[in-house]
Amino acid sequence: MNWINNVVRPKIRSLLKPKDTVPENLWVKCPESGEMVFAGDLEANQWVVPNSGYHMKIKTTDRLRHFLDDGRYEAVPLPQVAQDPLRFRDSKRYIDRLKESRSKTGTEDAVMVVTGQLYASPVTVVVQDFDFMGGSLGMAAGQAVITGLETALRRRTPLVLFVASGGARMQEGILSLMQMPRTTVAVLRLREAGLPFIVVFTNPTTGGVTASYAMLGDVHIAEPGALICFAGPRVIEQTIREKLPKGFQRSEYLHEHGMVDMVVHRHNLRSTIGSLVAMLTKVDAPEALSGTQTVQPTPTLIQSRPAEGDDDLVATQPVAAHAE
Amino acid sequence: MQSYLDFEKPVADLEGKIAELKSMAQTDNAVSIEEEVGRLAARADEALAEIYRKLTPWQKTQVARHPQRPHFSDYVRGLITEWTPLAGDRKFAEDAALQAGFGRFEGKPVAILGQEKGNSTETRLRHNFGMARPEGYRKAVRIMEMADRFGIPVIAFVDTAGAYPGIGAEERGQAEAIARSTEKCLELGVPNLAVIIGEGGSGGAIAIATANRVLMLENAIYSVISPEAGASILWRDAGKAQDAANNMKITATDLLGFGVIDGIIPEPTGGAHRHAAAVMGETRRAIAQFITDFADRGRLELREHRREKFLAIGSALG
Repeated sequence: MNWINNVVRPKIRSLLKPKDTVPENLWVKCPESGEMVFAGDLEANQWVVPNSGYHMKIKTTDRLRHFLDDGRYEAVPLPQVAQDPLRFRDSKRYIDRLKESRSKTGTEDAVMVVTGQLYASPVTVVVQDFDFMGGSLGMAAGQAVITGLETALRRRTPLVLFVASGGARMQEGILSLMQMPRTTVAVLRLREAGLPFIVVFTNPTTGGVTASYAMLGDVHIAEPGALICFAGPRVIEQTIREKLPKGFQRSEYLHEHGMVDMVVHRHNLRSTIGSLVAMLTKVDAPEALSGTQTVQPTPTLIQSRPAEGDDDLVATQPVAAHAE
Repeated sequence: MQSYLDFEKPVADLEGKIAELKSMAQTDNAVSIEEEVGRLAARADEALAEIYRKLTPWQKTQVARHPQRPHFSDYVRGLITEWTPLAGDRKFAEDAALQAGFGRFEGKPVAILGQEKGNSTETRLRHNFGMARPEGYRKAVRIMEMADRFGIPVIAFVDTAGAYPGIGAEERGQAEAIARSTEKCLELGVPNLAVIIGEGGSGGAIAIATANRVLMLENAIYSVISPEAGASILWRDAGKAQDAANNMKITATDLLGFGVIDGIIPEPTGGAHRHAAAVMGETRRAIAQFITDFADRGRLELREHRREKFLAIGSALG
């Protein structure tokens, strides 16, 4: 490659080429099917691609609007934490990265805590936003998750967590790692108070977040197709030097392997969780759900195969094992 | 045979010369070498002291990973009698990367946990280089539960690059296993101690290092990610591991400053791999101190002490 190929040709091409690309915000391409969808339609459909069912990222405020009664909620103020305790810099200063993310997202850090009503019962909701530095878990996010859990404890409400995270925030080093035990303390206190903790895994949830509070829920729900793991696919591929099976570490795979209770379409999250927390807190069935046979239809699995270790399954019904 | 790290080259050269002189003297008795050997040995000591006085974080990383550094089994051999390792998570498998069992420390029963890295090709493979799978953490939970039930203190020797990243480990819930192990630590009504003896690698370490008292050996490291992996994520270049190590604040002194650990176990000049016996002595003293300090506390008090200690981490940083 040379200068002419790299610089001049694309410039000429872009001058000659008709403007066939649509304005960025108007049309969105489905990462799965490649289909172009009008952004307005997507928004109306909670950012689920209508044909393919692909679950795209949804803004925290949109998610809360669809999840809570009348779309109303109140933000819980979050405590201040130390900024850039390591005075860290890689190719850029961490403090500058923080500033950039803040101006890009309009939020202080990756986690938002709100209170609201779900089918007329009070709930506390924590949302972790992948758009803010990959939803990474630093001191601010950790403290916010703790605040959420403590708010639920104080108000004696169930806690619903929508989680998405690339894992620990490297730029905060060991203090980021410490958020794993810290958040776990808050989860334990909520559990010991007899209050339900519902976790909704969204794409992606990885690393230290999966390996702490996210995996400690009473009920684990995953949005379809979300990557949920401890070690990411790239790290594993490097370790074992082979390609990973299709669907590996996706929601449906975790469901098969017993790590999540159900894979639920975004449209059904409100009713599923509303019904669950009402039952767990022994509140009468919400009127809208009362008498429904099943709140959540069994998800269709992308690929159904027995979990490893069950490879001795047979086609006809075997004689059961007895304690004789 | 002593193996040297690259920055120990001056010491290696001097000690090489000493060995050479000694072998010459063996073949030729006429040569008197005492004086020269003494002089060289003094210079080697000086060089070693000079190097170890100002180890960089990256150099400490290399010391922490030194193949001759005492490992889990050495601590158990040196400090524990009647060591009875227990096996299996009762769910799927036995994981030799994470050892767990009971023994006696100065006559008193203790539960022991820790990662063993192995010290030969064969043992390294058997222990999977100290990188545990979910079964290891589930076994740790089982042993902690038992210790809790019988009122026996728990001591963890932490030495791992991290939990194992493999298909099977992910399939069987590595994240859940780590989360549950950390959670179990926080539920204990008996005192627990964690000693980072070499590498405290991320989630794989915290799963057994969430303790009433966390100590680090002077040249151990404790971090959210290995310097190599950190470099490839942050600098997009695994070759920048040195920069990552020097920036990530992973040494015992750094972590004591952050309030992440409660104390440092000193290593003599030249590191634990040159002075295993002395390091055992210091560790013995630290464990005895821990047992005395937490002996008379009630179950609830121990649990709350641990929880509040972790909740407080970071609150004093401006």
